[in-house]
Amino acid sequence: MKLIKNLALAAIAVAITGSMTLTSCGSGAGSKSDSASAAGGEDNTILGAGSTFDNPLFSKMFSEYNKTNGLKINYQSIGSGGGIKALTDKTVDFGASDAPLSDDQAKALGGAAVHIPVTAGAVVLSYNLPGVKDTLMLTPEVLANIFMGNIKKWNDPKIAAINKGVKLPATDIVVAHRTDGSGTTNIFTTYLTKVSKDWETKVGKGSSVNWPVGLGGKGNEGVAGSIKQTPGAIGYIELAYAIQNNMAFAKIQNKGGNFITPSIASVTAAANIDIPADAKVSLTNTEAADGYPISGFSWVIIYQEQKYNNRSADRAKKMLTLVQWMIHDGQQYGAPLNYAPLSAKAVSVGDALLKTVTYDGKPVLQ
Amino acid sequence: MDTSINKDVITRPEDSLGRVITSTINATSVRTAGRIRRSYRQIRTENVFRKTLIIVSLCMVVLILGILFTLIVQAFPSIKALGAGYLWGKTWDPVQDVYGALPFLLGTLLTSFLGLLISLPFSFAVAIFLGEYYPKGWLPNLLKNAVELIAAVPSVIYGFWGLAVLIPMVQSLETKMGVPPVGYGIFSSALVLSIMVIPYSASLGRSMITMVPSSLKEAAYSLGATRWEVIRSVIIPYTKSGLFAGVLLSLGRALGETMAVTMVIGNTTQMPHSIFDTGNTMASVIANELGEADKRVYNAALIELGLVLFFVTVIINVIGKKVIGKFS
Repeated sequence: MKLIKNLALAAIAVAITGSMTLTSCGSGAGSKSDSASAAGGEDNTILGAGSTFDNPLFSKMFSEYNKTNGLKINYQSIGSGGGIKALTDKTVDFGASDAPLSDDQAKALGGAAVHIPVTAGAVVLSYNLPGVKDTLMLTPEVLANIFMGNIKKWNDPKIAAINKGVKLPATDIVVAHRTDGSGTTNIFTTYLTKVSKDWETKVGKGSSVNWPVGLGGKGNEGVAGSIKQTPGAIGYIELAYAIQNNMAFAKIQNKGGNFITPSIASVTAAANIDIPADAKVSLTNTEAADGYPISGFSWVIIYQEQKYNNRSADRAKKMLTLVQWMIHDGQQYGAPLNYAPLSAKAVSVGDALLKTVTYDGKPVLQ
Repeated sequence: MDTSINKDVITRPEDSLGRVITSTINATSVRTAGRIRRSYRQIRTENVFRKTLIIVSLCMVVLILGILFTLIVQAFPSIKALGAGYLWGKTWDPVQDVYGALPFLLGTLLTSFLGLLISLPFSFAVAIFLGEYYPKGWLPNLLKNAVELIAAVPSVIYGFWGLAVLIPMVQSLETKMGVPPVGYGIFSSALVLSIMVIPYSASLGRSMITMVPSSLKEAAYSLGATRWEVIRSVIIPYTKSGLFAGVLLSLGRALGETMAVTMVIGNTTQMPHSIFDTGNTMASVIANELGEADKRVYNAALIELGLVLFFVTVIINVIGKKVIGKFS
């Protein structure tokens, strides 16, 4: 009997400690960072995490950089939100995100951060209309109404008025959108929020929103699959994905009134605007006359003060030199992979921002 | 321990027993002590083994309680902010920080039960065929292995198959029925799930049916019962608790399935109005949105979905155990 009693006591003790460790693993971001900085202690490996959109470009850039400089960069493409979380926990040297930090995220970070634009991408509207050969043209107003569920048929007079001479079928419009939280959704909903008051009040912007209508697909491939399989479907996907998979996409009217075909050139053009000193600017609904309106920067986000968690000055310098290389020489690897190279204005803002990064109060790059 | 035995052996001669007896005891005491020592070692091994078993099985209890505890702690911000309204709220809006789990709860239950319902005729047919009609031979063996292989195929493959093959078929069915031919939705998910859960009830059912004592069946045959009558009035009543346990296993699998469902259900946050509507399940919402849930309440609301799913599974299991208890 005594044995069983002892065992019961031991079991309770194990239960308590067990659940304590479980909870501390889950919520204890603070305690995790101490051990994590030790994990990143090897000074010839830079750790990064974030945007899945950047991943193909980063893989190429980092392997090229490794060939010339011997620096290893371990990038985990876990999504923009995940990258920001990892940076907040100080488990990585840099985060990469398709959206600038929100106020809550910036507060959680516990230190000033700088956003360096590294590349730009676009979100295109792909559709499946068997029998329609011409490229469809859409205005912001029509686009918002389609995604609100107000325009339900392809032969709606509002669509027909823009596409004169195109024989539009009487099929139902099936809207396809991303169901996983994503920077692509963020760019697209930010654009709709800018161009439609109705959208702004009823839906809003974010990496996940409450879609009024439509099918959700997981990832670009999920949305693309829904579009391909459903006649009458329209959905948004990344430009690079659409080009690589030969999908039809619409021309969108920009702020200047021009209908713009999404392409690397028109995205770079969209970024050729006056960029604020902190580079936290959304390129959506750009002022540029030949710019594609649903474009966005992708940023590398780093701490402005690099001396934290026993990081060495050498490590900070290596990382900053890498980022500097990414916005200059690294840009040549963008276009072949369908990423829009940075505009001259974006590069100069990035350079200025890199110079504000300090180690122990002193600038790292001269 | 050993010393106490020796003492015991030594002290015994000083009892009221006669000298003659004492000497014989002395002669045999060495051998007895050896035997006792060995049996004590055996007892110790037994004890250690028993203790290990108890500790390892208690670990399971600790683990499940730990998971429950973690879920409650992590979901707490959402429980505090949204209260019980979370369970019957119909809006899931991360932008406005409004979260209601009802559409997903409904989606999970609808797809699981509908999938189970579609699978039952098939799994029972397979179980009866393999258990009673052809228990041996190469064809039943092949069939048995094929059914078990269904359980081994990764769920993402079912999702892909559903996307590429099933959805166009459902689309043409929907066109014939006059509903919008979307293809994605609760019906497609239920179809995919029904295939995925067949092996669980079929395998368990088959082994239950082969275990029916042949004396019972022979008695029924000798009374002039036909094969159908034997199945209906001997085999099914004898195995019903086992068959039901298999169904319960299938249901558990269907409730938690994530990947295959998320690929074909359409992932919308609106309340489904018919089985051809698109919808979403709790598991797939968590899988889709947890990675980018950057707000505190949003994150907690997703974890609370996990908590609700946990309780749904527990409740269904408890009810199932009650039913099995009543059967046997």
